[in-house]
Amino acid sequence: MARVSQEELVKRRRRALIRTIIKYIIVIVVAVIPLIPIWLMFLWLIAQSFSSRVTFGIIPQGFTLENWKFLWSPFKMGLKEYPNIWPITLNTLFLALGVAGLEVLISSMAGYALSRMNFPGRIGLMQFIIALHAFPSVILLIALFIILNKIGLYGKGYMTLVGIILIKAGLEIPMASWIIKGFFDAIPWDLEWAALVDGCTRWKVWRSVILPLVLPGIGAISIFAFLSGWAEFLLVYTYVVGEEYYTLPVLIYYLIGELKFVNWGMLAAVGLFFTIPTLIFFSTTQKLLLRIYVGGVKR
Amino acid sequence: MIAFAWVGPLFLTVYLGFTDLQLKNFIAFIKDFFTPEVHLTLKNFEKIFFAEDPYISEVAKITVMYVGSVLAINAFFALILSIAIAYFVKNELLSMFLRVSWLLPRITPGIIYALMWNWFVSPDGMFDTLLKLAGIPEQWLPSNWLLDKPYSQILMIIVNGYIGASFGMIVYTAAIKSIPPDLINAALVDGASEFQVAKNIIIPLLKWPIMFVTAWQTLSLMASYDVILMVWGAAQGASPSEVLGVTKVAGVTVWALYAYSQAFSQYQYGYAAAISLVLVVIGLVLIVFYFKIFGFRRLMEPSRVEV
Repeated sequence: MARVSQEELVKRRRRALIRTIIKYIIVIVVAVIPLIPIWLMFLWLIAQSFSSRVTFGIIPQGFTLENWKFLWSPFKMGLKEYPNIWPITLNTLFLALGVAGLEVLISSMAGYALSRMNFPGRIGLMQFIIALHAFPSVILLIALFIILNKIGLYGKGYMTLVGIILIKAGLEIPMASWIIKGFFDAIPWDLEWAALVDGCTRWKVWRSVILPLVLPGIGAISIFAFLSGWAEFLLVYTYVVGEEYYTLPVLIYYLIGELKFVNWGMLAAVGLFFTIPTLIFFSTTQKLLLRIYVGGVKR
Repeated sequence: MIAFAWVGPLFLTVYLGFTDLQLKNFIAFIKDFFTPEVHLTLKNFEKIFFAEDPYISEVAKITVMYVGSVLAINAFFALILSIAIAYFVKNELLSMFLRVSWLLPRITPGIIYALMWNWFVSPDGMFDTLLKLAGIPEQWLPSNWLLDKPYSQILMIIVNGYIGASFGMIVYTAAIKSIPPDLINAALVDGASEFQVAKNIIIPLLKWPIMFVTAWQTLSLMASYDVILMVWGAAQGASPSEVLGVTKVAGVTVWALYAYSQAFSQYQYGYAAAISLVLVVIGLVLIVFYFKIFGFRRLMEPSRVEV
């Protein structure tokens, strides 16, 4: 082995040190600095909602619950006065639960079919699901507006919300089936065969062998569907007429236009209130959800 | 249900694209889809392709700029980002923390994301404060980040870039993690530096994920407008009928948003359908092209690394 002189060693060490420094500079510039605005925004949301005044954006001054008054007392948006925020929250909950229920019911069966059964056009159907991505949602929005008008669901209060549930679930079922198919794919065939050989019907196999195994997947899908219904903005914004049928995202949308500069505190509080379910679900089921957000569009 | 939500509307849109449906013959159309009051016409497409609509060329320009820049962030910035997070940062906890932070814009409900941006760039917000701290004189700052071009357009790219970057990051990170460590260790033992590893091993192996992200995001970006609508619409509290006015001033009317606003701000349903059909055609051409070059099977497994 060739001897390395003392000087050479020092030089190499220095070079390695410089490399390490450059490496961390890259990490900081690329991965940390761009995050500062995002962190600041979240800090602000929390700080602002509980304090009467914030200095320098994120340093709270004076703890108060004044901003959370909308939970128990009336507030105004434009000309409309709401008794408190709960009716709107219930609308949102109704929408989110409807979407989640419908989506899970249909996509878990569809996912099973896509994963296990060999029916004609299976590949074609899967290609179709991927190809749906090529269709911009805006075309659906326009056409569905016409259809809602045609079947008389436009501007009909809760019936419109029901229409939106159907639409939203219909739009998301292809992707949800796709994700559930992934979960089904992970279950070995042998399990199912064993049950079939022992004389189970296909339906019974699905119900008592497969379903328990994919329960985590189904749970994840339902949370995912719930959150996406909870946060749905465009459909409600476009189709719902009448302030009492708004959901939280639309309410917040109009509140921003009205209250910014005037009452950041209340805006932040409403915003935080609305984000609570997302935060809870996300922190508890992070791993599973991540897998879906990752796949999000796929798998 | 899929038929209700996808197929029916699709055919309806194609039909609509060739009609002159607007507010004045809307009620007759709802009663009867083939009413004589609604005429079949090619006028919509003439308006788009022969620039009879004076605004359409600007919309096209904004869209190309938007898709191009956000795509660069999603595909290439995200690549450097994920190499930094998944490979350079050795501490697992720190790496996890950074990853979750980058996911925040995607996880946060859109309207809250819009609220936070509205605060951030408002005169009360953090951005002006930071810039002033950095010693930039007040008169240099635009009076309204959301409405003054070109700042509004840069902002549009950044706001969407944050969301898109996490998509690329997730796909790439999964791919980097699935590279057999032997490969990297062998190179390190042979005396390669970590930069050389990144450049000569990781990036070539990520060729396929990079193509996938680029392909997929091109489609997504062309069709996306909801975040723009939320940020800019909310800033003015614009109802659907006022959307076009706001985005026109800010210069953030991307193609899909223009279709939306033609329908719901201008009530030109036929024209709006025609505008969105252009997107459908481009999207279909692209996806057929992707099926051809990637093959269907490979499109199914986005994060596979080929060693």
